[in-house]
Amino acid sequence: MIAFVKKYEGLWLFVHSSAAIIAALVAALIFLGAVFAPWIALVNPYDLSSFSLFDGLLPPMWEDGANPKFILGTDDQGRDMVSSILYGARLSLVIGLSALTIAAVLGVGLGLAAGYYGGRFDAIVMRIADVQLALPAILTALLIDGIARGILPSAIQQDLRVAVLTLAIALSLWVNFARTARASTFVQMNKEYVQAAIMMGQRPIRVMFIHILPNILGPLLVIMTVDLASAILLEATLSFLGIGLPADSPSLGTLIRIGMQFLLSGEWWILWIPTLFLVALVVSINILGDFLRDIFNPRLR
Amino acid sequence: MVYFILKRMVQSVFVMLAVAFLAFSLFRFVGDPITQMTGVETSVEDQERLREELGLNDPFVYQFMRFTGDMLKGDFGFSYRTRQPVAEMIASRIPATLELGVVALIISLLVGVPAGVYTALKPRGVLTQTILMTTLVGVSIPTFVIGIMLIFIFGVQLGWLPTFGRGGTVQIGGWESSLFTIDGWRALLLPAITLGVYQLTLTMRLVRAEMMEVMRSDYIRFAMARGVPTASLHYRHALANTMVPVITIIGLQFGGVIAFSIVTESVFQWPGMGLLFLESIRFVDIPVMGVYLVVIAFFFVLVNLVVDLLYVAIDPRLRIRDVS
Repeated sequence: MIAFVKKYEGLWLFVHSSAAIIAALVAALIFLGAVFAPWIALVNPYDLSSFSLFDGLLPPMWEDGANPKFILGTDDQGRDMVSSILYGARLSLVIGLSALTIAAVLGVGLGLAAGYYGGRFDAIVMRIADVQLALPAILTALLIDGIARGILPSAIQQDLRVAVLTLAIALSLWVNFARTARASTFVQMNKEYVQAAIMMGQRPIRVMFIHILPNILGPLLVIMTVDLASAILLEATLSFLGIGLPADSPSLGTLIRIGMQFLLSGEWWILWIPTLFLVALVVSINILGDFLRDIFNPRLR
Repeated sequence: MVYFILKRMVQSVFVMLAVAFLAFSLFRFVGDPITQMTGVETSVEDQERLREELGLNDPFVYQFMRFTGDMLKGDFGFSYRTRQPVAEMIASRIPATLELGVVALIISLLVGVPAGVYTALKPRGVLTQTILMTTLVGVSIPTFVIGIMLIFIFGVQLGWLPTFGRGGTVQIGGWESSLFTIDGWRALLLPAITLGVYQLTLTMRLVRAEMMEVMRSDYIRFAMARGVPTASLHYRHALANTMVPVITIIGLQFGGVIAFSIVTESVFQWPGMGLLFLESIRFVDIPVMGVYLVVIAFFFVLVNLVVDLLYVAIDPRLRIRDVS
C-alpha cells in the first residue's frame, strides 16, 4: 500500500518536474538508439567495407560542403558520426550496465549478509570496504586493469578487453551498494516481520532475499542510478586514457580520445559531438538519480 | 592526548604495512620478475642463478621483510622498462603533482566555501538555484572533458595560455618548481582549474549541508532570539562551527585530487606522478606501479594523520572527551 502511494506520488511529482521529464526523454532516446544501433545506423564502424575513405572529414549537414547523407558529418576514416556514436553509446551502455549488475549483485549480497549476520563477517566486509573507499574508483580500476595486463597471456588479451574493463569498473563500484544494503538491513533486522520470519525457522537466505530485500529496494535504486552514471563516466575516462578499449571498437570515451587529434584543426565535430552525447547521457542519468533521491527521501522535499 | 596520537600513529603504520604487502604481492605474483629482467637468449641456468642471487627462492615472509626493509632505506628497485631506479623516477615527478594538487585544492576551497555558505544562507535565491544547477551539470561532466574544453577555449581559440607541459621551472634544492615564474603559473592555471572544478562542487555541497544543519541548531536560534547581529551570527557563530567538516574535506579530497590528477596530467601532458603511473600500466612496469601505490598511500596516511590532529587542536570538545 505504502509502496503504491509512493509510486503514485512519484509519478505525480514526475509529471510536474520538467527537468526530470527532459532528462528521461534524453536518456530514453540514447538508450533506444544504442539498442537498435545495428538496424538504424548507416554504416557499421567495425566493418571496414561499409565505409569509404572518400567520404572522410565531411562536416555536419548544416555546414558548407556537407553530404546530407551524413547528418553529423564523418571522421577521417569516412565513418558516419551518427553510426559511430550509436555503436559507441551501445558499447558504453553494455559495459556500464553489466558492470553495474555485477557490482549490485556483489555489493547487495555482501551488504545483506553483513547486516544479517553482523559480528566478525560484518567487520571483515566493512574493513575491506573502508580500504577501498580510501582508494578512488579510477585508481582501483586502473590497478585491476594493470594487474590483468600482467597476468593474462597476451594472446587472449585483446579479446578480453571488454570483460577486464567491466570487471575493473564493477570491482570499484560495489562498495556503495554494500554499505547502503548493510545500513538498511540493520534497520530492518529490528522490525517484527523479520524477527517473526527468523523465529518461524526460515532459512537465512530466504529471510534476506524474500523478506528484507524488497523493503530496502528504494535506497538501492537511487544508488543504482547514480552508479550507472559513474560506471559510464569511468569507462569513458579509462578509454580516454587509452587504458580501456582499443581504437577498433570505439566506445564514447575512445571516440573522444580520437577526436582530441582534431582539437587544433577545423574538424570540430569529430571531437565535440561524441563529447556532447556523453555529457548529455550522464547529466540526464544524474538528474533522474537526484529526482529519485528526492522521492525516496521526503525530508529533502 | 599523547595516547590518542600514539594510537593513530600505530594505525598509520599498519595501513602502510598493508599497502606495502599489496605492492609486494604485485611485484612477486604479477608476471615473473626474472623473465622481465632477462632477455630470450638468457639460458635457464643463468636465470636460476639470478633467481637465487636475488633471493626469490627464499621463504615468502623473509622476502616481504627484506622488501619492506629496502623500502625504508629508500631502495625501491629498478623499473622494468627504463632500467632506472624507481626512487629517482618517482622523486623527480613528485613536485609537479604536488604543486598541481595543492593549487587545485586552494582553488576549490577559495570558491567552494563562500559558495556553500551563500547557498545555505539564501536557499531560495535565484543565484542559489543557478549555482546548484550548475554544480549538478558540473559533476556530470567528466574531468577530461572539462580539460579539453578549457584547452579549446583558452588555449586554441583565445590563445592566452599554454595547453601542455609545465612551462618555465626553477630548481630549488632538488625541487623543480613552476610556482616562481610567470610562465610556470600560466602553464599551471588550466590543469589546476580542471582538477579543482570537481573538488569544488564537493566542497560546496558539504559546506552547504553543514551550514544549513548548524543554522537549525538551538544555539543559533538562541543567539537569534537574543538579537545578535545577523553578520556576527552567520560568520562568527555559524561558520566557525562548520570549519571542522571543512578540514575533513581536505583530508577526504586528497584521494580524489590524486586520482583525478592522473586524468588531468594525461590531458595536459603534465609531467607528474600520474602520467608516470599511466605509462607504467600501459607497459606493465610493475615496480613503478607498486611504488606509486606506496607513495600515494604514504601521502594519504600523512594527510589524514595531520587532519585528525588538527581536529583535536580546533575542537575543544574532543580534547575533554579524550582526557576523561
